[in-house]
Amino acid sequence: MALISDDLLTVKGLEPAQQGRVLLIACGALAHEVLALKRLNDWQHLDLQCLPANLHLYPDRITEAVEKAVLAHKSDYDSMFILYADCGTGGQLQAKCAELGVEMIQGPHCYSFFEGNAVFAAHPDEFTAFYLTDFLVRQFDAFVWRPMGLDRHPQLRDMYFGNYTKLVYQAQTNDPALDAKAEDCARRLGLAYERRFTGYGDLAVVMAQAAG
Amino acid sequence: MADDEIILADLSDDELVMQMHDDLYDGLKEEIEEGVNLLISRGWTPYDTLTKALVAGMTIVGADFRDGILFVPEVLLAANAMKGGMFILKPLLIATGAPRMGKMVIGTVKGDIHDIGKNLVGMMMEGAGFEVRDLGINNSVEKYLAALEEEKPDILGMSALLTTTMPYMKVVIDTMKEKGMREDYIVLVGGAPLNEEFSKAIGADAYCRDAAVAVETAKALVLRKHNQLTA
Repeated sequence: MALISDDLLTVKGLEPAQQGRVLLIACGALAHEVLALKRLNDWQHLDLQCLPANLHLYPDRITEAVEKAVLAHKSDYDSMFILYADCGTGGQLQAKCAELGVEMIQGPHCYSFFEGNAVFAAHPDEFTAFYLTDFLVRQFDAFVWRPMGLDRHPQLRDMYFGNYTKLVYQAQTNDPALDAKAEDCARRLGLAYERRFTGYGDLAVVMAQAAG
Repeated sequence: MADDEIILADLSDDELVMQMHDDLYDGLKEEIEEGVNLLISRGWTPYDTLTKALVAGMTIVGADFRDGILFVPEVLLAANAMKGGMFILKPLLIATGAPRMGKMVIGTVKGDIHDIGKNLVGMMMEGAGFEVRDLGINNSVEKYLAALEEEKPDILGMSALLTTTMPYMKVVIDTMKEKGMREDYIVLVGGAPLNEEFSKAIGADAYCRDAAVAVETAKALVLRKHNQLTA
């Protein structure tokens, strides 16, 4: 299967293939990891729809977009699972999922569930860390640099990041090129750099649960 | 110098104020500082300069942000320009005894380092005539309470950007209740993941979705509080 373009996942997402009994509705930022786990486990009965990853720039739009996707495909599948954590919706996504009768990933955001919610919660002292995942390293300019206007107004950098101390790259895969890019992202933001291999974390657990 | 460059000193007062609104919108800090100095040198009071040139300009910025015409980077540049003007005006406002609306203690909650929204609110509150004590980021309940004791403000403002840190606002409010001091203060809360429902659930007086709303809410609640006290 050809690799799906990150740019496409960022702005458009991914339509379901209409094959399989279980639909996973995921953030576009998780597409590569979800498809990798699907391949690894031969979960052919799982279908994937991704919403545009750039919804994260407007978290108040996530709940509505998820609801729309659920309602659009409800009759086409035996069950559905939402591959979003709270993701800045302030509990609204959780409430909507409960109302719709679908499950979602527990935890505040993907930085937490990639590391494992329990592990992530165990280092509350790390609140001055800025996290990137594989996807976000690849899409750093589209997700961080340009939306924050740092390409046009570099003088804003310290207004955004002045209180942060380090950038933690949570690596889902072992890729030296991504490691180097993540380190460069840290340099551009004026932050110390740390690489932390997480693998797929709780994502693998919830997908196994969804796969049944 | 470009032929079409505007010389601020050549503009009439009305033109200068309009130009300052444009310059704030474009985040031009030096031009704003020059404009403020010009108005003061022409005999404008610091209060009029603040309200008619800066606050009115930032109100346009705030409205366009709310309507999705401007985005965070542009608002930050505008805020930075206003900060330049405020820096000049602040001592003058104190010296001339400009009208004061009340006092606010504001800070980002424990475990949270995000302060962009909080800083904008603080600045707009100052612009609206409130005295503001900014506690910065990562504030424990003890730090909030100590500041309330020390400053005796009308308003406590709390900010959080993270779903994981916003529940701490309830810890602060509950502690205020335990100590019998909750009713002494107006509590305003804000931050991206918050909403009206959350604000009610934790026992705050109001949720403010942006800096402009915070100012209007603060004015209305302070007025109501004063009216209750004098009734």
